[in-house]
Amino acid sequence: MNEMRLTEREDVTMAESKISARGVQVYYGDNHAIKDVDVDIQDKTVTAFIGPSGCGKSTFLRCLNRMNDTIDICRVEGDIRLDNEDIYDKRVDPVQLRAKVGMVFQKPNPFPKSIYDNVAYGPRIHGLARSKAELDEIVEKSLRRGAIWDEVKDRLHAPGTGLSGGQQQRLCIARAVATEPEVLLMDEPCSALDPIATSQVEELISELKENFSVVIVTHSMQQAARVSQKTAFFHLGVLVEYGETAQIFTNPRDPRTESYITGRIG
Amino acid sequence: MTDITHASPGRPNSILAPDDRTRRRNAAEARFRLYGILAIGVAILALIFLLTSVVRNGAGAFTQTYISLEVALPADKLDKNGNRDPAEMAKVSTFGYKPLIKAAIQDAMAAQGIAIDGLKKPESLVSEDAAAQIRNYVLAHPEVIGGSRTFDMLASGRIDGFYKGRVTMQSAERDSNVSPEQLRLADALKEAGLVETRFNWNFILWPDASENRPEAAGLGVAIIGSLYMMFVVLALALPIGVAASIYLEEFAPRNWFTDLIEVNISNLAAVPSIVYGILGLALFINFGGLPQSAPIVGGLVLSLMTLPRIIIPARAAIQAVPPSIREAALGVGASKMQTVFHHVLPLAAPGILTGLIIGLAQALGETAPLLLIGMVAFVRDFPAAPPEGLFDPATALPVQIYNWTQRSDPAFVERASGAIIVLLVFLIVMNAVAIVLRRRFERRW
Amino acid sequence: MAVGLITLIVLLIGAAGFVAGRSRALTTAGGDIRKLHSLPGYSGQAVLVFAVAPALILMAFWLVFQPLYVETRVAGMIDAADIAEGSSQNLVMSDVRRIATGLDAAIGQGVLSADDLARIHAAPDDIRSRLGEVGIAVGSDIRPGVLRAAEEYRRVTGMLRGAMSVAVIGLSLAGAAFAYTRLSPEFRARNVSETAVRMLLLLASCVAILTTAGIVLSLLFESAHFFRLYPWQDFLFNATWNPQFRGGSDLGILPLLWGTLYVSFVALLFAVPIGLMAAIYMAEYATRRVRSVVKPLIEILAGIPTIVYGLFALITVGPLLRDYFAEPMGLGNSSSSVMTAGLVMGIMLIPFVSSLSDDIINAVPQSLRDGSYGLGATKSETIRQVIVPAALPGVIGAILLAASRAIGETMIVVMGAGASAKLSVNPFEAMTTITVKIVSQLTGDTEFASPETLVAFALGLSLFVVTLGLNILALWIVRRYREQYE
Repeated sequence: MNEMRLTEREDVTMAESKISARGVQVYYGDNHAIKDVDVDIQDKTVTAFIGPSGCGKSTFLRCLNRMNDTIDICRVEGDIRLDNEDIYDKRVDPVQLRAKVGMVFQKPNPFPKSIYDNVAYGPRIHGLARSKAELDEIVEKSLRRGAIWDEVKDRLHAPGTGLSGGQQQRLCIARAVATEPEVLLMDEPCSALDPIATSQVEELISELKENFSVVIVTHSMQQAARVSQKTAFFHLGVLVEYGETAQIFTNPRDPRTESYITGRIG
Repeated sequence: MTDITHASPGRPNSILAPDDRTRRRNAAEARFRLYGILAIGVAILALIFLLTSVVRNGAGAFTQTYISLEVALPADKLDKNGNRDPAEMAKVSTFGYKPLIKAAIQDAMAAQGIAIDGLKKPESLVSEDAAAQIRNYVLAHPEVIGGSRTFDMLASGRIDGFYKGRVTMQSAERDSNVSPEQLRLADALKEAGLVETRFNWNFILWPDASENRPEAAGLGVAIIGSLYMMFVVLALALPIGVAASIYLEEFAPRNWFTDLIEVNISNLAAVPSIVYGILGLALFINFGGLPQSAPIVGGLVLSLMTLPRIIIPARAAIQAVPPSIREAALGVGASKMQTVFHHVLPLAAPGILTGLIIGLAQALGETAPLLLIGMVAFVRDFPAAPPEGLFDPATALPVQIYNWTQRSDPAFVERASGAIIVLLVFLIVMNAVAIVLRRRFERRW
Repeated sequence: MAVGLITLIVLLIGAAGFVAGRSRALTTAGGDIRKLHSLPGYSGQAVLVFAVAPALILMAFWLVFQPLYVETRVAGMIDAADIAEGSSQNLVMSDVRRIATGLDAAIGQGVLSADDLARIHAAPDDIRSRLGEVGIAVGSDIRPGVLRAAEEYRRVTGMLRGAMSVAVIGLSLAGAAFAYTRLSPEFRARNVSETAVRMLLLLASCVAILTTAGIVLSLLFESAHFFRLYPWQDFLFNATWNPQFRGGSDLGILPLLWGTLYVSFVALLFAVPIGLMAAIYMAEYATRRVRSVVKPLIEILAGIPTIVYGLFALITVGPLLRDYFAEPMGLGNSSSSVMTAGLVMGIMLIPFVSSLSDDIINAVPQSLRDGSYGLGATKSETIRQVIVPAALPGVIGAILLAASRAIGETMIVVMGAGASAKLSVNPFEAMTTITVKIVSQLTGDTEFASPETLVAFALGLSLFVVTLGLNILALWIVRRYREQYE
């Protein structure tokens, strides 16, 4: 796994690991869902987690901002560090952590509020705006970064649930970036979208990596190949292989990875 | 867009040290959580307060003070002609027995050497019911006439209240029904072992008693009346409710008529219970000509009221039987009707039964509709055995409670609270049976 | 012949038909049941159905229409002169019915012989005391015309009853014979029996419709009667409630409506925040263990009969509020008050609000919670800003249902709110509600012709309309809400 810097592109030259995980184990009750995973995620990079369904990629993603805390029976062991600070430390407030590590979910989940209020929700609870004007500015900027501004600028006060699926998902991305996170976790963000909406979102992801470290879970290998620089392949709760996307897809080292990308398992 | 920096000014870079805003937000979080705990606390405290208040007020109804006195039964007073003819003896009314009790008390005082200044009417220590008790005994056993016999007689309500803390020497000063001297006499008799307080089965077995004899009032007629009504509800609401549930779940076509039935059922479940009382009065009594105060009318009204409350859980139970069972039965050539009665209904039975018991428990505690159909009347005679007894006047447990709260003697408050304990015991038993049924037989498909 | 006896005979014919039908089915198949279309038991059931169903249906119709026929016939016999002042045709008819049943009872008990009856016109006063002996009290003196009508009533009723016995039993026998002769191995007995069962099931479902119809008709009929005696404008807009037994009553619903709404408002003020917060805590914070203890405890409150709450208000809460709040604050010295009833009713409504809200909060999809937590919101922020707004329509529906429950509640207000109808804003004053007045106007010995009694039906109608409206609205809102998340 040390070869990962072999084919660095220019935008990852200054890369150092933003999140580093060591020996992570996750249990759902008696079920050992994630087994001893080590991974380093770099800043301003898109990292894709791929693997067959049920392999634990989403579970691992949810460990990175402690979303698993909301599930009673879930238990996480091991060491996950964000900027060298242990996120499972007792002193850490998950609320503060999640402000830094935002998340976009599989199904678009806009709140039953207006488009404006959806985006303003995060900045409001985190107190990011001192005035209405500042909040307006944040909302506009976020919607622009979500690549949906032009479509909704005339109806900011219409309900967010009235948008189409692809628009809803871009709204959710805008909502997530509005809180100024440092890392953006995306859990199969395109699985509920049609191909056109998917390509819009993929384009957006590529732009987002200018400012954020993006981690995306996907079960589409083509999507991983299109948007990511790094790819991690999970199988049965184990991180089988992690490396440059190009290398994973053209020259996998592990036979299991090869079986998966050639379609023999999955 | 590149001008955006990672951390905005207000945001700390470390996640290990919470900033002010996070601390404030967490404080708000803790407060909100506290409100939730407080709300639950208030609800549970109210429950505890309610139950302790009822139990504290009502526990006294289950014990009663008795005075045991040897009563002489002279033949010249009770059977003048001496031929022990029951018809002749019955001519001596309870008034004729009162002097005997008075004499018995005076004898007991003399025997124990009790003398109390200013004592008037010592016989009012004993309940007015005692004379009737002795008379009944004498009529049943004419051979005792001429001798004497020791009777355990009910103490009057005030004396009973004295030993339960309801009546004190001070309150007796102002009370026209009891005097401090009488209380002192009671204490003296207690010293002598003639007065004792013990468990009061009569409270459950005896019928109601009149306004000035709270000590003799019991729940017998009310319990029988309630049982009769539950019997009627069971006989009507169970078959009709199950039949309606089967029809709606298994046979009903999707059309306006089925919708009409559905809408009716859900609305009937929410109609105020007193409206059912009005229905009972107008339909069964005024139009149908059934008698007032009869358990049959109460049972009919409660059946109509309980019906939607049985249908709703019964439908849920039938719905919970998986379609695979129906398909399996239809697949071996059973008709739809055979499928339902041979397979679906037995599997849904525990759920239906649970709903039924809970519906019955609700019906048992219902008061308002029964007030309107005359069940609030004063009834002292036990109704006959069913089916004729269903048409005899009776009361019901909750109505009897209401009736007692409307009387002036505070001893009836104790009776009412005691009756509530009896009612709650019935309800607890019924609900416990329902819970056991659910635990033991309910399947998760 | 009594209805019960006729029913019994019909059922016996049915039972005999069942046995006969079953054995005939076996005989026609030569003892080999494989040759039969349906099992022999079904043939028996088919005979039973034909024997019982038409006969009982005929009897039901007969019983409904016979009194109508007799009444119209007898009503013609009553002269205007027989209707005393202040009375009405209806009242006289009810007297006629009472005397007729009284005569039946008197003859049944041997107080009166048939010969006496023939001579009775000579001394109508005598009959009043004779009827008294069998427990039938007749209010005024019996006029000869009324007595004649009663006798005619009795005669026609008796004649028709005899005719009914013959017709019903005859039809039963004919039905049994018809089905019996049709039995053969090819006869589709199971289909006949199943159709009959299906009809029974449908009939059982219709009981709900009949009940609603019964409620609506009895309320409308008696209310119409009331509004003929008392103007509806006064009922709706008169601000005084002051029934007099000598007539000239003021029967305005306004003070009662005010009391009802005031008590319900106090109850909701208490129950909604507590019930809602309890539901939120249980749905969002409580661990499974806490929930498994607390939820049943709160639900106990829902299982306690209202009479218990009433007694609690009467002997505990009422005196407590009076001694510690009302009297020290100089707001009154009544232990029954709007506050007493409202507070206790609030306790009763807590589990109602909390279990409805619990369901509604749980119906909010988890994805919305995830979305909010993923943005770094705390639990309370998520609840207040995402879950409650999303659940709002459902919660409003739940509150409306609770309000309808509060408005229709009877025992707590009867025992806790008092009986004096007034329009006051002091919550520690005794006030009264619609349900209290329905109870007080309809209990005890009541004469069903005076507006003071009949007003109870108009009050009941108002109550029914208000609660029904609230329920329909609430159920509609809740259904819309659920569809949104399905």
